[in-house]
Amino acid sequence: MTDIINLTLTELVNKIKSKEISSTDITSNYIERSKSSKKLNTYIEETFDDALVNSKKFDAKPDLQKKLPGIPIAVKDLYCTKNVKTTAGSKILENFVPSYESTVTQNLWNSGAILLGKLNCDEFAMGSSNETSHFGNVLSPIDNNLVPGGSSGGSASALAAKLTPATIGTDTGGSIRQPASFTGTVGLKPTYGSCSRYGIVAFASSLDQAGPMTRDVKDCALLLEVISSFDNKDSTSIDFKRPNYFSDLNKNIKGKKIGIPKEYRVEGMPAEIEKLWDNGKEYLKNCGAEIIDISLPHTKYALPTYYIVAPAEASSNLARYDGVKYGFRVEGENLIDMYEKTRSQGFGDEVKRRIMIGTYVLSSGYYDAYYLKAQKVRKLIKNDFDEAFNKVDAILTPSTPSSAFKVGEKMDDPVSMYLNDIFTVPVNLAGLPGISIPAGLDENNYPLGLQLIGKPFDEQGILNIAYSMEEKINFKLNTSDWWNK
Amino acid sequence: MTIDLKTVKHISKLSRISIDDQKAKKLEKDLNSIFKWIEKLNELNTDNVEPLTSIAETTLRFRKDQILSKNIREDILKNSPKDNKDYFVVPKVVE
Amino acid sequence: MKKDQYLIEKNGNNYEVVIGLEVHAQVLSKSKLFSNSATKFGSEPNTQVSLVDAAFPGMLPVINEFCIRQAVKTGIGLNAKINKKSIFDRKNYFYADLPQGYQISQYKDPIVGEGSIVLDLPSGPKTIGIERLHLEQDAGKSIHDIDPSSTLVDLNRSGVALMEIVSKPDLRSPEEVNLYIKKLRSIMRYLGTCDGNMQEGSLRADVNVSVRKLGSDKFGTRCEIKNVNSIKFMQMAIEYEANRQAELLEEGGIIDQETRLFDTKKNQTRSMRSKEDAHDYRYFPDPDLLPLEFDDQFIEDIKSEIPELPDQKKDRFIEKFKLSPYEATILVSDLETSKYFEKVIKNSDVKLSANWITGELFALLNEKNIEIDQSPISPENLSKLINLITDGTISGKIAKTLFVEMSNGDQDPKKIVEEKGLKQQSDPKELEKIIDKVILDNPDNVQKYKSGKDKLFGFFVGQVMKASSGKANPKIVNDILKKKL
Repeated sequence: MTDIINLTLTELVNKIKSKEISSTDITSNYIERSKSSKKLNTYIEETFDDALVNSKKFDAKPDLQKKLPGIPIAVKDLYCTKNVKTTAGSKILENFVPSYESTVTQNLWNSGAILLGKLNCDEFAMGSSNETSHFGNVLSPIDNNLVPGGSSGGSASALAAKLTPATIGTDTGGSIRQPASFTGTVGLKPTYGSCSRYGIVAFASSLDQAGPMTRDVKDCALLLEVISSFDNKDSTSIDFKRPNYFSDLNKNIKGKKIGIPKEYRVEGMPAEIEKLWDNGKEYLKNCGAEIIDISLPHTKYALPTYYIVAPAEASSNLARYDGVKYGFRVEGENLIDMYEKTRSQGFGDEVKRRIMIGTYVLSSGYYDAYYLKAQKVRKLIKNDFDEAFNKVDAILTPSTPSSAFKVGEKMDDPVSMYLNDIFTVPVNLAGLPGISIPAGLDENNYPLGLQLIGKPFDEQGILNIAYSMEEKINFKLNTSDWWNK
Repeated sequence: MTIDLKTVKHISKLSRISIDDQKAKKLEKDLNSIFKWIEKLNELNTDNVEPLTSIAETTLRFRKDQILSKNIREDILKNSPKDNKDYFVVPKVVE
Repeated sequence: MKKDQYLIEKNGNNYEVVIGLEVHAQVLSKSKLFSNSATKFGSEPNTQVSLVDAAFPGMLPVINEFCIRQAVKTGIGLNAKINKKSIFDRKNYFYADLPQGYQISQYKDPIVGEGSIVLDLPSGPKTIGIERLHLEQDAGKSIHDIDPSSTLVDLNRSGVALMEIVSKPDLRSPEEVNLYIKKLRSIMRYLGTCDGNMQEGSLRADVNVSVRKLGSDKFGTRCEIKNVNSIKFMQMAIEYEANRQAELLEEGGIIDQETRLFDTKKNQTRSMRSKEDAHDYRYFPDPDLLPLEFDDQFIEDIKSEIPELPDQKKDRFIEKFKLSPYEATILVSDLETSKYFEKVIKNSDVKLSANWITGELFALLNEKNIEIDQSPISPENLSKLINLITDGTISGKIAKTLFVEMSNGDQDPKKIVEEKGLKQQSDPKELEKIIDKVILDNPDNVQKYKSGKDKLFGFFVGQVMKASSGKANPKIVNDILKKKL
């Protein structure tokens, strides 16, 4: 039944509904493949036994009205899952077992999905290569010794390696879109406030969003429809009429105006990415869309702004990991000693570095110069987009300034690692929806992605455009299964 | 602005993360390269710009004054590193 | 120098004491400020703790509307400016009973701005400025005396709503502090926004104290005495601290701006040990919450719920019932007392009612150490008692006996009068008989009285009362005695 793992999420759902295959068939196939793919290090926690039990339960009494009937899904280990260990990729939570479920994962289970396991990620979602996880780095199925991107690296790798039919990640500065781009998959970051943050281990509260990661755009629309919901347990959740993203998906983008921001043509960007971007424009024109040059003048300030705002919020969000209530503790001579030892040994280097940056920018005497300044620039960045969206319906950019890099290549140079998110970060700062779709390969046959940025709450708009482009691009992800040999 | 070793140690104290001298030196280097890059923001005049405090363009939603959470002491304490069925336990604090 | 001014004298130099208070008043509400767990006092440890209160990963705050209304209501009671937009900030610091690692508070933009409270001083009214009122979360409780080797943490109080009410540095003596706290508490009790119970910690204060040479218009360096939970301790702490500072200045010393603790065993303030770690709270707007906004209608609705407050009630009592300002102040100082008074005077003489309540009843309550709402004598029965006096059924003296009788079980005074035959003897013929006998039995004193010893009149009255077992109507006795002698 190797066919099963090659089916898309939508195809699986259809075959379950038509009773061609059972949930147990699907689940056991994915478990088998996951078991033989340990080299990729995608899972932190496997719940295979429970998944099988649940799939059998489903088959015994199938509810085919559900949107994800009996579909096994592995999720990023940033989502709290009831009675299943949740680590956020950190030693400080290595033994933490929540007694509660995140809203987004609850939405999955309510739709009939079954948990396969918890996927590796950068520690507290801080990283762009999945090398900061306490549980070891994740390898990309694309090539030996290649990073899958981050922070949802385990999710992207598991998805691309077909260890799960679809998955969910979280995106604070590009953590869904960048790994999707690196692994030839589709990843969408919804508008801030679309998906509930309740039960997701927080990194930077004003930027974090959950989102689907899938093999194609159709799957993406289906999964978004399931996970996006209004939640009164999250004060930043927004109560708007959510469309039926899946059934409303269409390729009619005639007359849509697509903006091309000149500031995204950054120095040193490889020619192949320029080419990819130009191809994207052509595809869109062929679909009847109109290409318009626009300007987002504050783009170059987005990353520095992000590296003030995100660490500042993180430094405060991560203060609760103090060894008192849950997780890892190192005993000390006194309370302060215990805190300092626990946090020093419980957090990895990148997390500590960001906590320190955040603490510094908020500290007395520096608040105005850094944090307040960043909030003001964030406003300017948002204004840029507001203005652009007066002229266009969506914006097309490359997803990343380069393709995936080798393991260890950027670990010693934080700034060069941060630069990876140059095209994705502005979208989080402005709270907009963004989707990355695979658009081609570089000279090494590594995937490259294009990003579509939409107006607030116009996920449907960018999904439709992505859907049209996908057909024209006709990207086929081929992994050699190198890790399986 | 440069961040010196003393500042690094002060921040580590505020963050409640102990660091040895070697780590502190490494951090001093990293932070300086990061902040050198961050200071690009100073090119911008933001005197008349309202800071953006929340990206969700709506106001705070209110909850009714209802008690919905029951006694879940067991759940609350079960992950705690020091076993005690009634309390969280920390090293003796002298005020 | 004003009369009765509170001054500290050192080496012949007079120092004026300048005091400002930061009162922490627990908001009366069923559930906590940002979570839906209970606020009840005295429950088993950690039984009123939600996942939000214990700061579990991914938990988010959602604000309690009632607490907002309570704060606005209190603001109106303090004649203060209500801010239609306010911001919740995080105050970051590590402590065992602060599970989030930050307290959600309001820093730059509080919900209530400037207001005032009027104190009734013997020398006349004095207005004390209110700087601001803001909402914040309470912390949990660290318990140091159960386990000899560890500190135990109870989070029942964690997240309970507090109003921090900051006064201007307008207070000048321990007595003014006493009156200020009592007045503030009285206003909040009238409003039903805080029960003001200091034993249970629902009202505590940080006391800022500085001294300056009499005549100086510059403030001295202040010290903050943290978390004092009784008026008596506040007064003692101020007295100690003012003397310490004045002495230090006399010795040519410099006062450090610092946080001190009041040691209730030694009756001294001392520097807090934890001050070595200079506080830098790194306030920033809580990204889990949006700005708190409401409209004029919201404020108007709350205004319409505001009851008559102590100052208005006092004016009414003086105006309508012709009470003295002194009596009125006492009767309105506590809402329950004023209610009791108003019930009594429904059917009884106002002046007598005021006397009986502030005299006998207060003495009784004091003796039993109970509040007026637990009074063993109901307002209805006190009213009956007073009416028995005014209609001449009993004498004032008998009334006092009757009052004691009633206090043992709130009996109807009329019944007791009948059962025990306490009715006043007002029949002149009956009284004449007794008087005649008294005159006959005391010829010597009659002689002395007639020869000018006027004071002996009282002796005769006493004898008559004695002979009538105290039941004789003293007015009629007086009249007859005067005639006969």
